[in-house]
Amino acid sequence: MEKNAVIAIASGKGGTGKTTVAANLAWVIAEQEEAVQYLDCDVEEPNGHIFLKPKINQSEKVKVAVPDVDLEKCIGCGKCGQICQYGAIVSIKEKNVLTFEQLCHSCGGCMRVCPSNAIKSKMLDIGTLDCGKAGNVDFVSGKLQIGSVRTPALIKKVKEQIKENYIAIIDAPPGTSCPVVETLKEADFVLLVTEPTPFGLNDLKLAVDLTREMRLPFAVAINRCGMGDNKVEEYCQNEEIKIVMKLADDRRIAEAYSDGEMIIDVLPEYKKSFIGLYENISRKLKE
Amino acid sequence: MKIAITSTGKTLDSNVDPRFGRTAYFIIADTETEEFDAIENSNVQASGGAGISSAKVVIDTGAKVVIAGNFGPNAQRTLDAAGVKSYTGVTGTVAEAIELFKSGKLTQATEPNVQSHFGMDS
Repeated sequence: MEKNAVIAIASGKGGTGKTTVAANLAWVIAEQEEAVQYLDCDVEEPNGHIFLKPKINQSEKVKVAVPDVDLEKCIGCGKCGQICQYGAIVSIKEKNVLTFEQLCHSCGGCMRVCPSNAIKSKMLDIGTLDCGKAGNVDFVSGKLQIGSVRTPALIKKVKEQIKENYIAIIDAPPGTSCPVVETLKEADFVLLVTEPTPFGLNDLKLAVDLTREMRLPFAVAINRCGMGDNKVEEYCQNEEIKIVMKLADDRRIAEAYSDGEMIIDVLPEYKKSFIGLYENISRKLKE
Repeated sequence: MKIAITSTGKTLDSNVDPRFGRTAYFIIADTETEEFDAIENSNVQASGGAGISSAKVVIDTGAKVVIAGNFGPNAQRTLDAAGVKSYTGVTGTVAEAIELFKSGKLTQATEPNVQSHFGMDS
């Protein structure tokens, strides 16, 4: 595969197997002696570390800037509140300014428009960033602090760790909202993992709409093949969407998952599925 | 005294809007002269911070009292900071709410009675 390729593993529905696919894919790429990174961008509930069992050698707190108002300097003009699109700062007469840190998006607008230079920034913890090694896989994971809603800011920080000359496998959060958009931005390829159920299909359609809107090349992987119905395959056929992997509905895979084990370690017969996936994505990237 | 009432419409026979931050209108009424104005609330579709921005609208009208069905925590904190008294749990028409207030039958809210985002889906 091309070095510097950024592959995002996403899905509309949760629990379809993003982490299973991402971790095992990173593992087989490392076995091909390619430089590979696994980045867990599912920062609200990261779980890649359970399977990859990395040794973390660097852990840092991630902070964002929020406004800190000096009421002595405030002239009560209200410009800070007018520019804020999120209601995170509001000036209520007689030099009283309230801030709502959890609503702030750290744009810095209030600080710039303040004519009396009364607003400085202070740092707010939003989570942690862990970097390490899992075998030959370079491992990065973000973990959002409980109560924080600044998911995209932490995801951005995780993605800043993408290294040159590495293939980056990004484990995305589920859904189609801001955290997913932040994760998929600038990806070279998106793999949408789904399952052959009505729920899987419904949420796949949403994810397809999102990747098309973002103009990103993508393909589909179907997990738990053999259960449910054929509607996902019919949909992909009608929409001319390539299915690049089918993983069987095998109880042993679920058992390996429940034990926090890598499929390709416990069930080596599946290794060829992941090598096939790797080759299919490589081919798609060349198109 | 100037008071603000959340309202589903522009007249006194409109119903009190249960939502504060995402109320359709604010009726600003003068309890002495019985004159009133309707302000359309541009925060209905706000992506976030509707309670705070709506509190700012009420504060800027000079109203000393605001009546609504529910207040969330951010709206409550903003109104408290400006010394605007809030009355919660009110239903019926705007005219009825004004009468209840004038006869002293409303109880003042001291803390938010709903969580953030309560009015997003209603």
